[in-house]
Amino acid sequence: MHGRPRKPQKPVDDASIAKAAKLRVLQAQFFQNHHDKIYAKEALEISAKLLETNPEAYTAWNYRKLAVEHNLRSETDPDAIKAVLDEELRVVESALRRNFKCYGAWHHRKWVLNKGYSSVDHEFRLLDQFQKADSRNFHAWSYRRFVAALKNMSEEEELKYTTDMIETNFSNYSAWHNRSVLLSHLLKQKIEGFTPREKVLTEEYELVHQALFTDPDDQSGWFYHFWLLDQTVTPGAPVLVSSWPAHGSDLFVSFKGNLDGGVSSSFTSFCSDKGAFPLIIYFNQSVGGINSSTVTVKHLFDKNEDLIWVPLATNNSGNAQAWVTFLRFPDVKDDSLKAYPVEVKVGHSQCAFTVSLRSIDSKHGEGGSDMEMIVWKDDSFHASEPLLLSPPVVSLDQATTNKEPEQIDSRWHEETLANEIALFQELLSEINCKIGKLTLARLLRAHDKMIYKMPFADEKTHSKEVLDLFSDLMKLDPSHSRYYKDEHSLVLMEQVVSNRESLLTYCWKYGEAHPSYLCNPICLRLSKLSLSRIGSFENLLWVQMLDLSHNELWSIEGLEAMQLLSCLNLSNNKLRSFTALEPLKLLKSLKVLNISYNEIGAHSIDTSRYLFSSPLSHTVGDDWNIDAYVTDGVKMNYWEAAVIFKGLYLTQLDVVGNAIVDEKFNLFLTHILPSLVWLDGDRVY
Amino acid sequence: MEKLEVEKHAQYILSVEKRKDDFESVVMEHLRMNGAYWGLTTLDLLGKLEIVDKDEVVSWVMSCQHESGGFGGNVGHDPHILYTLSAVQVLALFDKLDVLDIDKLSNYIASLQNEDGSFSGDMWGEVDTRFSYIAICCLSLLHRLDKINVEKAVNYVVSCKNLDGGFGSIPGGESHAGQIFCCVGALAITGSLHHVDKDLLGWWLCERQVKSGGLNGRPEKLPDVCYSWWVLSSLIMIDRVHWIDKEKLARFILDCQDKENGGISDRPDDAVDVFHTYFGVAGLSLLEYPGLKAIDPAYALPVHVVNRIFFGQMKTCPTQQSSPRLQH
Ligand SMILES: [Zn+2]
Repeated sequence: MHGRPRKPQKPVDDASIAKAAKLRVLQAQFFQNHHDKIYAKEALEISAKLLETNPEAYTAWNYRKLAVEHNLRSETDPDAIKAVLDEELRVVESALRRNFKCYGAWHHRKWVLNKGYSSVDHEFRLLDQFQKADSRNFHAWSYRRFVAALKNMSEEEELKYTTDMIETNFSNYSAWHNRSVLLSHLLKQKIEGFTPREKVLTEEYELVHQALFTDPDDQSGWFYHFWLLDQTVTPGAPVLVSSWPAHGSDLFVSFKGNLDGGVSSSFTSFCSDKGAFPLIIYFNQSVGGINSSTVTVKHLFDKNEDLIWVPLATNNSGNAQAWVTFLRFPDVKDDSLKAYPVEVKVGHSQCAFTVSLRSIDSKHGEGGSDMEMIVWKDDSFHASEPLLLSPPVVSLDQATTNKEPEQIDSRWHEETLANEIALFQELLSEINCKIGKLTLARLLRAHDKMIYKMPFADEKTHSKEVLDLFSDLMKLDPSHSRYYKDEHSLVLMEQVVSNRESLLTYCWKYGEAHPSYLCNPICLRLSKLSLSRIGSFENLLWVQMLDLSHNELWSIEGLEAMQLLSCLNLSNNKLRSFTALEPLKLLKSLKVLNISYNEIGAHSIDTSRYLFSSPLSHTVGDDWNIDAYVTDGVKMNYWEAAVIFKGLYLTQLDVVGNAIVDEKFNLFLTHILPSLVWLDGDRVY
Repeated sequence: MEKLEVEKHAQYILSVEKRKDDFESVVMEHLRMNGAYWGLTTLDLLGKLEIVDKDEVVSWVMSCQHESGGFGGNVGHDPHILYTLSAVQVLALFDKLDVLDIDKLSNYIASLQNEDGSFSGDMWGEVDTRFSYIAICCLSLLHRLDKINVEKAVNYVVSCKNLDGGFGSIPGGESHAGQIFCCVGALAITGSLHHVDKDLLGWWLCERQVKSGGLNGRPEKLPDVCYSWWVLSSLIMIDRVHWIDKEKLARFILDCQDKENGGISDRPDDAVDVFHTYFGVAGLSLLEYPGLKAIDPAYALPVHVVNRIFFGQMKTCPTQQSSPRLQH
């Protein structure tokens, strides 16, 4: 029931009782006929009367279909058939005039039309009436698509109809929507008059500008504009954007122990006790089908076809932006520092690096014990030591990719974006429009991504301007401030980690002594940046120690790409549940985790419940067996934690300061994490 | 902020159940099964489910089942998947799924799947992604998803995805918050949310919040309490609910209460009904309104009910059924 004013409650009046009684009689007669399968004229009239009073009485529509089938069983005269079906159309029409949102009535009409005896042109005339009365009625739009298909109408003609509707009223989201559907078909099929794509899109930009400039506060046109932007910048084939080991780097792999002092850069060192090191490749978009036939790795100690590539994704789609495989090295004592070359080729992209092996069989050089506790305090970190070599940041001079096949339309892309940017900068100088500002920020971002893709472009990025726009938006539109905040965080993070000078200011050396699993004691400290979301993982694949504490993170989506992580500090954020920690399940090197002072257990609604693998979403198979870890009593409360922790080998965990924590919970943790040495700063025995 | 009139809403729901003489209640008779689900779920969220006679409800529900296995909206009305889900949900609320002949019921639902993976609502062939959600939700609650071709079902739902990130009722249909709930829910239950562009859809959904704090279902439409459910649950399933102003929305819902006689309406000062009372209370539950039980965003049942179904009997194999028993 919608839009009916509330009236003071009074006893049901006699008129209503009489009306109800009449309807009840009609209904009873109808059900009797339906039950007895009576399809005579009088019986049909009763059902028509019922439907005209109450079109939602769906059983009556079903009854009429049965009646039509029954009465036409042996009818062959087309005129007689048409007469029967016309009567159905009449009943539907009068029902729709009472309630044009009635699903049953619209379906009954389709059912009749599908029999092929009725005039489709009449349907268009009827639709014109309905669509004039309510231009947003999605039943009518849906029915229009149905009859257009029935009549084999060309999509060009229907597109013309949307133009008419839009020009009558710019604020018709339904028409814009239908336009986007039709146009993407026409573009995809390269129908005459709809090539080249660039020409068509340019005309669409012009059309939507009229709408935006007429009423900048109406959302309809802006959504269409956003779709056009997406059509303009959609990336083509996947491109490799970074890897670990990074292109051009010299990796030192040591096994069973600490690195000695002879290694000059900690950014490219790795220790392993498994006789293998990870090779991670990271693409500009999510890709599937990465295997030894689509990726070629040349490496002395592995046959390419033996390599198994695994997608780094928390879902089971088989697609991911980051993929990992493990390269082996021989267990030999080789102090020759011989550098073995490795080459990786994917499509048009490639990268190359060298690997040198170091075996250290002495005790730890200067190292501490593996049992030592990592202390996430400011005075544990030093900036003093000059970091001679830079962290491997993806940038153009690093050129992990071969030049892509020249894109003919890249010039058009750039011009279009530049035009749009100029246009909206002008519009916004005159009016204060939130969705206009958001569009400008998106255009600037798209522009930056595009120049980033073009080799040797020396244009400056607009990150400062974009950050300002998002800050503005937070004030201008406080209801959606956390959306803008998330976008702001992603841009900020990109700004921080996308160039070497900036990134270096966030790199600190941990302690004097460190456990051997931490062979690279450089900690990336992105704490206290007020980040609510993280990204730019392509620049962070090398990180083994990461401090994200004292931010506002509600999600760590994407962190699964950081396969080298062994120490992670997420304390003092806004993580709401264990299900938000799903990416950790893929971080098999993780030893030290701090999730203290978050909001785990403080909320009755779990917002990542369905992004987490569980029986609720049928994303777990036979391996779903947490009964071994939890007793009945704690099952209901701690199953998420059990799923997260059962596959990890943590030696140190901090959970204090979350609502879920109590003695029982801590006891459960020590059960499920037998490797644990430190829990909340206390030694576990 | 206004406070939730728990007692009055519970009384209102009971009074609607009893009202039979006025025109409105006769017009609504065909969806009494939906009404039972809305009313009873609301009562459970309010902590008042014990005021109804469980056995009476269960036997009435079972009297709406047809030979085909499907349920009608009321006694004597034709079976339809819309009412079949409500029947299953009501039985789930009362922990009475064991009265069902689960195979018969799930065969009925499976028989409605079409070649392209879509679902018809009944034997008359109306196709809609609402029915995809219902089939998937229902079969999942019964541990019988294996009765249908899940992959095809998912692909059909994905084929209804629009360029604004939302979903329509059929391919090409305009995005609508109710339809989005159905499609996102179907994808959530089948572990297929990776087909959703969470940021794109999340932004479209959060833009449904208008100045008054209420949510609309499509751009440039009026806000309405029922979208508190459709939009909020979708935003929660894709973990983007913080993109709206929750407090403002809670205030809008509370302002739609009839503080004198109970019940919640679509907009402030409109006439109340059970449908909006349910969506208002469910919305407040998703907003973590104090004192309300939590509701699950995908199954649209209280979390404790869903957890009982999926985690309650984890010792036994999750797909194992209790022995079929038919009660009439
Ligand atoms: Zn409503």
